Amino acid sequence: MANTMQFDLVSPERSLASLEVTSVQIPGADGDMTAMPGHAAVLTSLRPGVVKVQSADGEKDFVVTRGFAEISADSISVIAEHAHVGTEVTKADLEDVLTAAKGAVETANSEDKDAAEKFVADLVSLMDAMD
Amino acid sequence: MPNLKDLKNRIESVKNTRKITKAMQMVAAAKLRRAQESAEQSRPYTERFNAVLGGLAASVGGSDSAPKLLSGTGKDDVHLLVIMTAERGLCGGFNSNIAKLGRARAQELQAQGKTVKIITVGKKGRDSIKRELGDHFVGHVDLTEVKRVGYDNAQDIARDILTRFDDEEFDVCTIFFAKFVNVVTQIPTAQQIIPASFEDAGDEGTATLYDYEPSEEAILADLLPRGVATQIFAALLENGASEQGSRMSAMDNATRNAGEMIDKLTIQYNRSRQAVITNELIEIISGAEAL
Repeated sequence: MANTMQFDLVSPERSLASLEVTSVQIPGADGDMTAMPGHAAVLTSLRPGVVKVQSADGEKDFVVTRGFAEISADSISVIAEHAHVGTEVTKADLEDVLTAAKGAVETANSEDKDAAEKFVADLVSLMDAMD
Repeated sequence: MPNLKDLKNRIESVKNTRKITKAMQMVAAAKLRRAQESAEQSRPYTERFNAVLGGLAASVGGSDSAPKLLSGTGKDDVHLLVIMTAERGLCGGFNSNIAKLGRARAQELQAQGKTVKIITVGKKGRDSIKRELGDHFVGHVDLTEVKRVGYDNAQDIARDILTRFDDEEFDVCTIFFAKFVNVVTQIPTAQQIIPASFEDAGDEGTATLYDYEPSEEAILADLLPRGVATQIFAALLENGASEQGSRMSAMDNATRNAGEMIDKLTIQYNRSRQAVITNELIEIISGAEAL
């Protein structure tokens, strides 16, 4: 079995990464998971967090908010609504997302309120971690 | 015969017009390249998103618990038409073609006794259908200030539409935009986004079986609203490229027409000039002979 797999990170505005990797850590909705070649096929939604990519050229980080990841044995696609390269991202980039998310909590009905609050909490902890 | 000065002025003014159309054409060409690039860059996202969503929809779609965004409200009475045009004119038939398609659809629906509601994006389309369908307008999105359409713009539009859907203001939503084929061809297109329909949902047999985290339904419910934004974003980008392409060919035509006109006027000018000279000569000669 090959020990690398194809990794793609796409956002609506551009494609951020497409490379051969050895492992990827994904901030899944139900907790972080690390996918390596030969992983079972999984489709998961993402919470705001950091995607850590291990490739032959070392480790790369990407900050994502919302989206989902499609994992199969030989490829991983992260389809994120907002994605930034880890070294380029600043808190200011996420500030807008946070404001919008807080607004969503205000307006959300009881059904969606939990999800919206969780999103805000995840986002805040991500931003704290960036300090 | 118009006098020489008038002709000269006209030639000058047509030359100025040609300069303007030429400049607009070049600007449009540069913008077109940018617009095409952004359309190109968003394509991987849209394709993957739709593939995943299509697969999910195919597997959950049949069940009773399918979200309303996918299965519809069960009614087909109120139609929301989102007509997306440009903020600026001088781009050939671009705006009017989209407006025409939207108007035809609205009239067809009205003939069937359905209620039509219209949201316009871009003021040119709004202006051109206001007279006939102004009563049906429920909203307008102004992108005049937006230099480069981003995903956020699409999200804002999508949020507006989804809120209306949650409030049961309509049953079916269709977007109208122009698909970019090449500089001379842009096809006005109508695409139904609510309830969601997927063209490529048929190849389900080849799809991998996935584990879902959280559940299949939860992911689907999460993705569907974003699918609306994604489709609107893709449409906005197509529209952007189409607008510039259309403007480019319109301005190219205008430049060529101005050139032809200048040639004609110049010939006329030269003829008149010759006639004037001949006249003067005759006068001088006949004057000299009379002495």
